[in-house]
Order: sequence, then structure tokens, then C-alpha cells
Amino acid sequence: MADQKASTSIEAVESGLAAQGYIASRQIATAVYLSQQIEKPILVEGPAGVGKTELAKAIAAWRGMKMIRLQCYEGLDEAKALYEWKYAKQLLYTQILKDKLGEVLGGAQTLHAALDQLHDFGDVFFSKEFVEPRPLLQALEHPGGCVLLIDEIDKSDAEFESLLLEILSDFQVTIPELGTVSAITPPTVILTSNSERDLGDALKRRCLHLHIGFPEQRLEERIVESRVPGISQTLRRQMVGFIHEIRSLDLKKLPSVSESIDWARVLVLLQASALDTEIVKDTLNVLLKYEADIEAAVPQVTTFIAKAARSNVFG
Amino acid sequence: MRENLHRFFRAARGAGVHVSPAESIDAMRAVKQVGFSDRAILRDALLLTLAKSQDEKLALGDCFDLFFSQPEPRQDQPEAGSDDASQDSDQSSASDAAGEAGEGQPPKELGPLAQMLLSQDRNAIAAAIASASGAASLSDIRYSTQRGIFSSRILDAMGLQRLRDDLDQLTATNPSLAERLRAALDALREAVRDAVSQGLALYAREEAENLRNEILRNAPLARIERRQVAEMRALIRQIARRLRERYSKPRKRQRRGHLDVRRTLRRNAAWGGVPFLTAWKRKHRDRPKIVALCDVSGSVAQVSDFFLLLIHSLHEVVDDVRSFAFSSHLIEVSEILENNSPEEAMAEIMSKVGFGSSDYGSSLVDFEKEFMSTLTPQTTVIVLGDARSNNLDPRADILRRISERSKRLVWLNPEGRLAWGFGDSEMPRYATFCSVVRQCATAQQLERAVSDIVASYQ
Repeated sequence: MADQKASTSIEAVESGLAAQGYIASRQIATAVYLSQQIEKPILVEGPAGVGKTELAKAIAAWRGMKMIRLQCYEGLDEAKALYEWKYAKQLLYTQILKDKLGEVLGGAQTLHAALDQLHDFGDVFFSKEFVEPRPLLQALEHPGGCVLLIDEIDKSDAEFESLLLEILSDFQVTIPELGTVSAITPPTVILTSNSERDLGDALKRRCLHLHIGFPEQRLEERIVESRVPGISQTLRRQMVGFIHEIRSLDLKKLPSVSESIDWARVLVLLQASALDTEIVKDTLNVLLKYEADIEAAVPQVTTFIAKAARSNVFG
Repeated sequence: MRENLHRFFRAARGAGVHVSPAESIDAMRAVKQVGFSDRAILRDALLLTLAKSQDEKLALGDCFDLFFSQPEPRQDQPEAGSDDASQDSDQSSASDAAGEAGEGQPPKELGPLAQMLLSQDRNAIAAAIASASGAASLSDIRYSTQRGIFSSRILDAMGLQRLRDDLDQLTATNPSLAERLRAALDALREAVRDAVSQGLALYAREEAENLRNEILRNAPLARIERRQVAEMRALIRQIARRLRERYSKPRKRQRRGHLDVRRTLRRNAAWGGVPFLTAWKRKHRDRPKIVALCDVSGSVAQVSDFFLLLIHSLHEVVDDVRSFAFSSHLIEVSEILENNSPEEAMAEIMSKVGFGSSDYGSSLVDFEKEFMSTLTPQTTVIVLGDARSNNLDPRADILRRISERSKRLVWLNPEGRLAWGFGDSEMPRYATFCSVVRQCATAQQLERAVSDIVASYQ
């Protein structure tokens, strides 16, 4: 049955990513599986630090492909993202080939004849030799495919989105002087966004839209377990429970998965066996990144630890 | 099954998720990959391909749950003609079940529907309702008033006529069986009514919402009912989003043709000044600076409320908004609006300046005394009010000075043009100093007015 195959393949994605230390929820695995099957990019949205970039890395590691990363920022343009002419090299070559050019053109009697002869060489300096491929072109030209990560697309300008459309839908780019470059093997494209601005509908339409939120408690425990193997089970339960309590507060920046992992590492380093008020207060700055947030959380610490411990008993 | 997906796309559109044909093709391809067997995976796949934001995901998830909570209609019997053939099998299995249950065997001469009802085979009944809904094209239902006609269409498609004949016959021959059949028929009617209600919830939402929004857009803001205020706020937010999308284009646009010599030289210093890279002059586009003066007395207050909400949700488009509210005197309200929810902000503003009788003259004096310096040649001043100053001195001279200091002076008046200048309206006197005066009583007019103001900066 096709259905049977589908669900097993989704499980294969799940276990493949897990082998790279990326514990994916069912939804993430489905998205990755579908993007491979129907060759569509994935647009990943979600708060900072939930593993959007990690996902791309894990896919690359799992499938043994190279990862090409394009970090977006305001003012990013095609010269930095797509390709650029090597001006200096072009200049250098004209200098070196000056004599040769003189020779070639020497035979010409009139200016017109010289121009005609020059036309024969016309495109020498605008050939593949002189193109400096930037990440997007690299990804298309990479034999055997690769994972192309376009990170924080929401930071780039709206014009840059339009530039991406051709690549995302057809896996090709058009360079005026050279023609259209198609992908040898369509790359797996992952776009990430922190929703700082609304992306255009045209871009969204070309992608599978995946939203990664904060994981459920069980899932987060598994993530911490895979990333910080040294942590004991009771402490892991407690700290994840504590973080879930913290997330219910109204804070400027909620702690996300990357903060959980950092905190777990810190707790292991400090050789804590269980959470207590003292150690939590000392290490709260790992979890919360704003002074105001820490102030808001400190009075709650004792209650939250108690709550986390209680859920531990029932869990 | 494909038919089902198409119906789901329709339902999704009804739930406010924009599903384009291209997206439905993608969804089809995705579903082909994952299959129908695992509902959770199917749900994920549809959410991935169709929904493009977190809100849409929530809406679509609800829609999915509602859609698949109903039994799936069978595809093989859309026509009444083929109905009999397939229901024959139902009939035999149903009567078998009834026979095993030891109930009184329904007489053979009854119609298929009567057989089904008497044997109380729930699955068969549900399936028959579903396929009859398909035949009656329930997915075309648009308004709640259509419930009756769709119910009767479905019942007809199920063979109500034959059932009536059977009932008449049975009443004569077998009154107790007739009684049972009548009770079963009532239950059936109820089930059909539920099915139609669900269909209405699934398919009619879009149409109903469009209709309601259309009415709301053209309703006078000042006389809006309390229960509609929340809906109107939502509508205003929608308008703000549309304006943002239209006007939040980048401010710098390259102007090809004019070489920026200074920047070109600097950029090419590395190549000894040989201009490999060219830099072009840029034209900076201003973003609007808006100063809004809003009358919050009496009937104008409601309009001012919506207007302030709109202006303050245009952050991306508008550089700087300062708002002032007045009735008998004037205060600045920008901060109140920034720091509070719309409801709280309006309540606070009202408690400070609201409910007085309006005095345009002294309010303008207040503005000139304290805030005249906020006006620059880039500022658009918007005054929102009915210009009814209770026969007090209008101080139109201050308005003239405001107009001279600013780029434009726009007056939005919630009253109709016919009322201007009658009674205590000072509109004609003020109008001389305004760049534009327009009526602004409905959400639609409000959108046009603000849109024009922002467009004048592009």
C-alpha cells in the first residue's frame, strides 16, 4: 500500500534526523518527507531558538549532503546572493592580454575592421570563467544536490524575495550574459523566518509552511536527553517542567529550546542533582535574556520548582 | 476521494484560508504521497500545503476537524436512478440484521427507505443522508434561510415520497408498524436538519462573512450598535493591514540615469578610480507625518475612535503620528493610544476630555499655544469633526495658520454634505483653509480618506 509506505518513510525521516541528534515532531518529519517527495522548499517559522536552523543542518548531515547557507540581512542583493562578475580578474586579464590583443587587432586596417575582429572575442570576458558564484548559484551547480539554507529571510528586503521566486519554483536562475542555469540536482531548500515582517504571498505560495513552536514537555525532554546525555532523568524532568512554567509568564523573550539545552549543560557542569531555589536563581541568566524578565521570574521560582516537582511525581 | 478534497478546499475557503488553485494542486500531490489512512498525517500534510500563517493553521485545523467529523458521503450513487440498485444491497443486509435481532421483519413490499428506518441500521441511514446531501449539492448552501429548502431536497433525494405512500398504506393495514415508522421519520428529519446545519457551518461562512463585512463597511460609524463594535474593530484592522501592504514599499528607489559621481568615485577607489561599479542617485520618499485632531464629543466620538485605531495601526506606513483629542479643550493622546488596548485607551480619553460640548475655537487655541511646533512642512494635519461649535467663536484664523505651516490640511466630517453650514456648523468657514474636505461616515469612506492621504506621499 502506498499509505503504508508513506507512514514508514515519515518514520524513516524521524529516525534519520534523530540519529543526527535532532528530535523532530511528527509534523516536522511530515514536512521534510513531503518536501522531498513533491520537491518544494520548506518555509520554517517560529520563535528564535526552536531549532529552525538546526533542522537544515540535521537534514544535511543525515543525507550526507553539503549545506550551503545564505544569511539574509537588510541590503542583501543579487551580487552577494547569486553571482558576481570578477571585475579584478577581468581587469587583470585585459592587462595581461594587451599585447595579444594588439597582435590580433594589428592586422586590421580600419577602425571598423578592428571592431569586427574584437566582436569575435566579444564574450570572452563575460564567460563562466569570470563568474563568482554566490550561495544561490553554488547550490544550483552543486553536483549531487545539497541543502540550501536561506536563513532569516524576513530580514532581507522585499525585492530580494522576488529574486528568490525563480529559484524556489523552478530551481533555476537567469543570468543575462550567460542564459539560464538550471539545477543539476534540485537542492533541498529550507527558508527560515522569525516573522519580523510578513512575507509576500508569492513566496509563501511556493513553499510548504511549517510552524515550529515550543515543543511539548515529553518532546523537549527527549531533545535535552539527546543533546545533553550526561543529565539525570529526574533533573531533566524537573528542569523541563520548570521551563514550561516559565513560558506561561508574560515575558519579553520566552526561553526556547536552545536555552533549555544551554541550561541543562550549565546544570550538569555545576553538578546539580535536583533543582533548588538557590541554584535556579544563580543560573536564571542562562534562561532569560532581559533584566526585566529575570526580575519578573525570580519571585515565582520557588512555586515553579514545587510545581515542576509535583508534575514529576504524577508524570 | 478527490471529490472530497475539493469539497474540503471549499470549506477551507469558507474558514477564511486562502486556497488558490495552485495550492490545491500542491495539496493533492501531497495527499497522494501520504494517503488517507492516517488522519493525523493527512491533517499535517494539508496544513503544511494550504495554510500560510499560524492563524490560518488554526482556522484550517478546526475546519479539518469539523469536516471529517461527518460521515463521508459515498460517491457511487449521485442519481436517484442508481439509488435503488445500491440500496437493494443495503436493504438485504439491513433486513438480515433485523432478522437476527429478532424484531418483527418489515414487510417486503415497503420501499427501501422505510425498510432502512424500520431496521434501524444507523450506519446505513447516515450513509444515505450523506449521499443524498451530495445529490442535493449541500456544499452550495450559502445562507441560513436556505436550511429548509436543503432539508426537503435531501429528504426528497432519499425517497420521502415513497415513504409517504408506504405510511398511508400501513396506517390502513398495520397501524402499530405505521406508528413506529412515523417516529423513525421524525428522527430522520432531525438528523437531516443537523446535517444541513453542519453544512451551513462548513460552506456558508465565507459568503455570510463577506455579506456582513459589506454591510458593515457601509454602515454609518456613528450609529453602530454595541454588539457590532468588536466586529468593526476587526474590520478596521483588516483595512489597516491592506493599507500597510499597499504602501509599505521601500522608501528608497533607484533612479536610473543620474550618476552619483561622488559615491561612484569612492566605491571604485580600489581600481584607481576606473568606474567598474556605478552608483546612481537615489530619490528618498518621505513617509507621512500625521497630526490628527479628533473631536470626541457626542456622536462624533465613535467615528474618532475608529479613526484613531486605524491611524495608529499604520506603524509601517506612517513615520510619526501624533494624535490630539478635544471637545471643550484639547489634550495629546498619542501615548494613551500606544500603551493601552483600544478599548482601555478610548475609555481613558473619554474620561479626560470626552462628553463635553464641543468648542472648536478654544480647542484650536489650546493647540496653537502648546503644539504648533509639531507641525513641519512634511506634516499632514487631519481634523476629524462635525465642525459644530455651539455658536462659539470658531477661530478660523488659527486653522489658517495651521494650514500655512503644514503640507496639507484634511478635514474629515462624519456629517453629510447637505448638513454643512446649517445650524451651528462652521464647515464652510473652515473649509476655505483646508486642502481637502470630505465626508467620512462609514468604514469605506474612512479607508479611502486615509488611503489618499498616505498615497500623496508616495
